[in-house]
Amino acid sequence: MGRVTAPAPLEIEKTESAEEVFAVPEPDVPWVTIVHNDPVNLMSYVTYVFQTYFGYPKDKATKLMLDVHHKGRAVVSSGSREEMERDVQAMHGYGLWATLQQDRK
Amino acid sequence: MPGHFEPTSGGGAAVALDEVEISIIRSLAVQLLELIGPGPAEDAPDDPLAELFTDGPSEPPKDPVLQRLFPDAYGGPGGEAASPEEAEEQRQYSSEFRRFTENDLRAGKRDNALTVIRSLDRLTTAGDGGAVLELTPEDSRQWLSCLNDLRLAIGSRLDVTDEEDTDILYGLPDEDPRKPMVMAYLWLGGLQETLVQTLMS
Repeated sequence: MGRVTAPAPLEIEKTESAEEVFAVPEPDVPWVTIVHNDPVNLMSYVTYVFQTYFGYPKDKATKLMLDVHHKGRAVVSSGSREEMERDVQAMHGYGLWATLQQDRK
Repeated sequence: MPGHFEPTSGGGAAVALDEVEISIIRSLAVQLLELIGPGPAEDAPDDPLAELFTDGPSEPPKDPVLQRLFPDAYGGPGGEAASPEEAEEQRQYSSEFRRFTENDLRAGKRDNALTVIRSLDRLTTAGDGGAVLELTPEDSRQWLSCLNDLRLAIGSRLDVTDEEDTDILYGLPDEDPRKPMVMAYLWLGGLQETLVQTLMS
């Protein structure tokens, strides 16, 4: 408590209103990488990519691949926007159809 | 082992290809290279950093094959914009993503296609024009990506957009003009399937 710089009450109020403004873009909501279904990509290849790039065990990679296949899409990773852009770029490099979005659900 | 890759003892893969098969893969890989186009470094051969510091395009490509190879990173099914403002934001984000990634992505795909072409050109063909192609594990990974890009390209030209389209292609009559392309598509699928198995075993 000895280091407190004792801000004036007026300043505290300002800080609070500023926080309210910043609450709108929800900076803490994580981003997700979504892989979409594509009839061209082989199921084995998609599983291989999930294992190779994300390092997922075979079971998890297979489950995600089946989600993509049956549900049309699957969330394959989550994190910061920068990290998800990196994952999407890698997926495009492998030829998988991927997008990123903020995880609203 | 016609049309099938088999694992080799060093972790690589091998496949016997005849003369026609070699020329089909080579010609498709060359077409893919031409479609992807030269990188920015080709315009400035003396500048080794041109590739690194030149921005990529900000607009999606016009060609449907290139659109499939380099899709928008924002939006897409399930992520549709809820308002015109959000749609505009997605367009801007996608365009920014393209500027910073598409050159690298194109370079990677070119590199894979070049590896395919070079390994075919290195083959010592037998009297009948056939040869056994042997790939190192690293070659296998590049071949795998390139085979996938080739199938995406052909699939896109054949308008394969859902599973039913694939079923229709299987049943095309011999006289259909798409038949040779379909045969190539299915054959490349077999090659890719067996190659991926060698990498997962």
